[in-house]
Amino acid sequence: MFSETAVMRFVRADRPAGAPIIEFKRVLKTYSSHRVLDEVDLTVRRGEVLVILGGSGTGKSVSLRHMNGLEQPDSGEVWVDGVEVSRLPEEELVAVRKKVGMLFQGGALFDSMTVFENIAFALREHTRWSEEQITARVGEVLGFVNLGRDVEQLLPSSLSGGMKKRVSLARTVALKPEILLYDEPTTGLDPVTGMTINRLIVDLNERLATTSVVVTHDIVSALFVADRIAFLQNGRFVFIGTPEEARASEVPDLHAFLVAGESREMSTSKGGPL
Amino acid sequence: MDQFDSTTQYVAVLKQPLWKLARVRRWIQNVSFHLGGVAMMAVQLAREARGRWETSEIIRQMDALGVQSISITSLTALFTGMVLALQTSYALAQFGGKLFVGRVVVLSICRELGPTLTALMVAARVGSGITAELGTMAVTEQVDAMRALGASPIRKLVLPRVVAVTVMLPVLTLLADFLGMVGGLFIAVVEVKVGASFYLSTVQQSVHLNDVLHGLFKTPFFGFEIAMIGCYNGLNASGGADGVGRATTIAVVVASIVVLMSDFFLTKLFLVLPLGLK
Repeated sequence: MFSETAVMRFVRADRPAGAPIIEFKRVLKTYSSHRVLDEVDLTVRRGEVLVILGGSGTGKSVSLRHMNGLEQPDSGEVWVDGVEVSRLPEEELVAVRKKVGMLFQGGALFDSMTVFENIAFALREHTRWSEEQITARVGEVLGFVNLGRDVEQLLPSSLSGGMKKRVSLARTVALKPEILLYDEPTTGLDPVTGMTINRLIVDLNERLATTSVVVTHDIVSALFVADRIAFLQNGRFVFIGTPEEARASEVPDLHAFLVAGESREMSTSKGGPL
Repeated sequence: MDQFDSTTQYVAVLKQPLWKLARVRRWIQNVSFHLGGVAMMAVQLAREARGRWETSEIIRQMDALGVQSISITSLTALFTGMVLALQTSYALAQFGGKLFVGRVVVLSICRELGPTLTALMVAARVGSGITAELGTMAVTEQVDAMRALGASPIRKLVLPRVVAVTVMLPVLTLLADFLGMVGGLFIAVVEVKVGASFYLSTVQQSVHLNDVLHGLFKTPFFGFEIAMIGCYNGLNASGGADGVGRATTIAVVVASIVVLMSDFFLTKLFLVLPLGLK
């Protein structure tokens, strides 16, 4: 029996790490004449963790929502794994969305369904698996996020904020996506739970051989998980580079972010125990 | 002086062409936008309806939206029948026609009041419930999560509710027709002192199957309208609890008005078309 890690690495072995998997080409998005994304270009490389950093209301989440077609640009192109998604109708986006999982800010668990039904949702929608197979997969992905089977029959309303995020993450990875999008994964969580989520992001990216895009304004989280950081300001990416390059950057607002973040950075290191 | 100023202001406003009045223009824009949105959703629904139907969800919604509305629609029908008997017996007494109270009550209930009042009660209970539920899902990103998981909110959320309300409203109306008749019978016997057998025989002589069907055939249209308007407003809610509250109010108001307006047009249509429903 192969582990999922081994299988996923084998399946994705023919796709070179570092090649573009998501590309923005002059993407423009306006809301009531305000240019949220002002003809931006961005490339996400296969296998990396890219963090989109920026202040509140700068369009970070909007850029993320373009990557699975939840939003469509006014002009420009969004390419995901070789498919231009910015003009696709809703029905044709299904194939793309099966490959792109998204973790929402508040978890966005279906509150009328149990944890089990939430995680099984996409499996029932897109596979013809038997109930036994679905049950096994639900248990497996709950294991990925360090939760036991005892939570399966709970309703989302009885879960804490951190558990909701973890269940939501389990739901996101259930269908084995190639790309994971995280919208403010640590917002609203205490620092310890936030760090648990940060470790899960790094761990899942390695274990499932996925590509991750993380939107956050939490600099501690950004420095912990990022292979590269893209800094969004006034509708444009004013900086794209590694965390080390970010530290050396002279972009004033990014510098302010880093100073504010480093003053409260925790003494934890990437890849530590979960 | 003040009075002169306000008068000139009034005159100035009244001199503006109607379309320039911002409120009227905004109202027309809103109504067109709303009806256009519902119509577009109906087109999308028709496309999605060709796919797989969520039978278990439809049955669950039939219970939640239909069966659990029985008490409210039944009470409405019962008391409508009772008050109608009181009022008509009073009016008929002036012409010496008090004995025919059953005929008037049951005809009014079956042809008009049963379907319309049931639809209005369902618009209030079910329309608001649908909007509040889907609106909460929309503002907490659950609808986006469903789309992100590759599922269609139209098929998973809208279709079961629309089918459930469209199917259940005729059933609720049939029950309302019966209870309206029973309410009328109760008042006829207790207050008007008409014998129960006489009441029933006048009903039997004057009310035909066509009268019941005339009322009943309108109700699937009402059910469709109520569910569509509820779903549309819910899925398009934004701005947190305040937005959901606003969407719910709009849904109930619009659904009630649309039911009453379409009642007129459907009645006229059924009278004109050779369907044997006159």
